[in-house]
Amino acid sequence: MSTPITRDEAFLQFLLRMGDNTLILGHRVSEWCGHSPVLEEDIALANTALDLIGQTQFWLGLAGEVQGNGQSADDLAFLRDVWDFRNILLVEVPNGDFGRTLMRQFLFDAWHAIQLGRLMTSSDTRVAAIAEKTSKEVAYHLERSADTVVGLGDGTEESHRRMQEALDYLWPYVGEMFQSDAVDAEMVAAGIAPDPASLRGEYDALIERILADATLTIPDSRFGHKGGRTGKMHTEHLGHLLTQMQWLQRAYPGSNW
Amino acid sequence: MTNEWPLWEVFIRGQHGMSHRHVGSLHAPDAEMAIKNARDVYTRRNEGQSIWVVEANHIAASSPSDKGPLYEPSESKVYRHPTFFDIPDEVGAL
Repeated sequence: MSTPITRDEAFLQFLLRMGDNTLILGHRVSEWCGHSPVLEEDIALANTALDLIGQTQFWLGLAGEVQGNGQSADDLAFLRDVWDFRNILLVEVPNGDFGRTLMRQFLFDAWHAIQLGRLMTSSDTRVAAIAEKTSKEVAYHLERSADTVVGLGDGTEESHRRMQEALDYLWPYVGEMFQSDAVDAEMVAAGIAPDPASLRGEYDALIERILADATLTIPDSRFGHKGGRTGKMHTEHLGHLLTQMQWLQRAYPGSNW
Repeated sequence: MTNEWPLWEVFIRGQHGMSHRHVGSLHAPDAEMAIKNARDVYTRRNEGQSIWVVEANHIAASSPSDKGPLYEPSESKVYRHPTFFDIPDEVGAL
């Protein structure tokens, strides 16, 4: 960015990044509703999706407040187009099989839990309050997805193979969670949020332990796709997702019930 | 099917409940996942404070065909009910 970013602009970007992550992942996970391999997993995934959508209301609600032009969380979720979204690419990639969905959930939950732990001491009391409330839900998400990754990774020959394939496919999307830019520098200076790069050590320790239990091998490559959280470039998948998620507001503008 | 997860019976102690009550059953690969599944299936409307799960094949049950010998003899023994005593108020709820 050539022009310096103001604190309010940076704060808005930070809130969109948090809220768009939970919104897009929540939608992706909800796509399993009625399609999971077993009833118990179906309900568990729907619960996770609902938690994430609920968390989105907090983050995008606050984003609307900070933006100050009267947009609600619903407006931000349903009336923006692809280039306005600030979620990381990891959460927008298609679900794939059940194993890949759970691997993505685990890779995200691990970051999410650490991030919310840091945000609980945010200098902004509203951010700290959201982090406090949502961290309990996310602690459970992480426990569940980690258990499932271990169960499937250290399971049958086929489940192990699928989980390793999932990890290989998703690994290049992990790095984006730890990239810092001018928005992050401003949030660090304001004491609102931690530097993303500072989460990497704790994250690596956590996932290395779980993935070792799962008998899975972390790929060597540090190559990372990026562009989602800065809004520079999303994958082709986000547009397709939005046509589903925003269909009703596009077909019947302003409708509500 | 042989590769299906075992069946677990779920018992939940509610917000003000004194004891765990049977609420239903579910499938899970092990006890830990059975508790997690029970949390997701049976406590999503804030029903619970505590969860027990028991693998269904560990429950010994009486047989419906023994109904006569087991239960009918007590039908005619009203004197076994403690309704013939005056309970002092100080005792409170029993």
